[in-house]
Amino acid sequence: MDGQPAGDAEERSAATDAERRSMAREAEPRPRGQETAQRPVGPEAEGRPVGREAQPRSVARTARHGPLLPAGLAAAVVAGLAAAPLFLAPFATTTLTRILVFALLAVSLDLLVGVSGLPSLGHAAYFGAGAYAAGWISIHTTSAVPLPLLAGAATGALAAAATGWVAVRAHGVYFLMLTLALGELLHQLAQTWDSVTGGANGMAAIPSAELGGEPLRLAGYVYWYVLAAALLGFLTLWLVARSPYGAALRGIRDNEPRMRALGYPTRIYKYAAFVLAGAVAGAAGGLLAAQERLVTPADLGFTTAALALLAVVIGGAGSLWGAALGAALVILVRDVIGPDLDGHGTLLLGVVFIAVVYLLPRGAAGLVRRRGR
Amino acid sequence: MTALLEVRALCAGYAGSQVLDGVDLDLERGSGLGLLGRNGAGKSTLVLTLMGLVPATSGTVRLDGAPLPRRPHLVARAGVAVVPQGRRLWPPLTVAEHLRLAHRGTGTWTPATVLDLLPQLAARRHQPAAHLSGGEQQMLAIARALLTNPRLVLLDEPSDGLAPAVVDTIAEVVLRLRAEGVPVLLVEQDLRLAFTVCDEIAVMERGTIVHRAATAAFRADPATAHRLLGVA
Repeated sequence: MDGQPAGDAEERSAATDAERRSMAREAEPRPRGQETAQRPVGPEAEGRPVGREAQPRSVARTARHGPLLPAGLAAAVVAGLAAAPLFLAPFATTTLTRILVFALLAVSLDLLVGVSGLPSLGHAAYFGAGAYAAGWISIHTTSAVPLPLLAGAATGALAAAATGWVAVRAHGVYFLMLTLALGELLHQLAQTWDSVTGGANGMAAIPSAELGGEPLRLAGYVYWYVLAAALLGFLTLWLVARSPYGAALRGIRDNEPRMRALGYPTRIYKYAAFVLAGAVAGAAGGLLAAQERLVTPADLGFTTAALALLAVVIGGAGSLWGAALGAALVILVRDVIGPDLDGHGTLLLGVVFIAVVYLLPRGAAGLVRRRGR
Repeated sequence: MTALLEVRALCAGYAGSQVLDGVDLDLERGSGLGLLGRNGAGKSTLVLTLMGLVPATSGTVRLDGAPLPRRPHLVARAGVAVVPQGRRLWPPLTVAEHLRLAHRGTGTWTPATVLDLLPQLAARRHQPAAHLSGGEQQMLAIARALLTNPRLVLLDEPSDGLAPAVVDTIAEVVLRLRAEGVPVLLVEQDLRLAFTVCDEIAVMERGTIVHRAATAAFRADPATAHRLLGVA
């Protein structure tokens, strides 16, 4: 037990005092060479340097680069993304748009999975709810930017608020199963509520998004709209994750009883994260409606939810930007490489997933991240 | 003056087994009570139950005359802090993040004053808790409790597996708390620490307190200590 003194989320341990004490005795006064043995084991400890020798080096590296390198890198990525349609063919631009939409969904899911420790298999429900709402507003009221987007975000938040309280009362695999069930519930609703959603045929003929009265018809314009909105969403999630509230969510992820014992109403914190993630997923759905101009029940079904979770795990849960990378990989394999494999793209994704779990336990982001977050 | 903490006939347990069987306990302001007892006597369960992490099945707990809430986060807000057995830190979070998360209320304890008291942590401020030594982790667990500016502190086997120098620091912290009027309930197996920092000793057996005496009287009566604890 004391072999992982800080890593145990369970407060009430079954270990007897005697066992604990005998293990504890080994743990503390110990020569330097054996120190790795007292490091925490388990997922938190994997994939980063454990020996004390490795530590000063990584600290020095962080200190040398300061905040400038990540900021510069982010600026370069944004500039590259903004310039992309000027160089890319329309099909490639459309794929990149799809990546951005899916990345926003994946990053919002990462707030739950990676930051808060809430592995959801139903997150596509809020994505789809937002997409239907944005489509409905576009058809029946207006498609003027940003109203459909806001309608999507609000509907995602509402749907998450209505269903989340049940979910956040559960832990671990029960949370997973509950979100799966909630997702399937909304999926069924989308399939059967013909008059609003168009049933199994989906909601078709959604008008183009309009900016200043002009419809955005060219792939490049749609792309820039999606890019701007997605960046806003990423920024929001990033600011939340590094705020004191984000730190509290990580505390809940690592040891919820301890956070409660410090005076944090953890369920309310988790619920707020769930609703926020639902709102951003709903906004991503709003972007989907603007880009595809068609919303089908599959968009809020199990496959979409599972692919989003896959993107988060491949990218490295908890870093947010890792989830965006994972989303890019998932869409590239599904939409670009997949068709050349006679539709066996998901098979390839499965192989990639297994490889990542074995080779990069902290995902792609783990390659860069040295300090545990 | 009434006691700050009043526990009356407290019972609690896990599914199917009762662990606390009518605990009565008073704690005055500034006092230090060392809680001893054999393995399985219910010492840790008492701490978890006071904190609300194990639900009480019956009995009352009052803090400064007011009933103590049942839910852990409300207990913490009422002014009870616990240094849990096994430290229970958040391995990926840095020392500074731990301090920031724990800090609440106005009072003596701020991240700066805590780091003054526990300078070992200051040098490690930007390291994740997982990289700290066992002693440093215990210091951080104590810092986390102090930063809530508590009115009552529960320590569950803080010296477990630690070097004597670290135990001395723990003793210093407990005496400082008591000097400020904050009572301390210390669950310990290390008699030396309990005798040093506590003015009273209580012994638990089968879920209830069977003996309570001033520390000096307890030490002067080795026969009782031997009978209750199996030690001299």
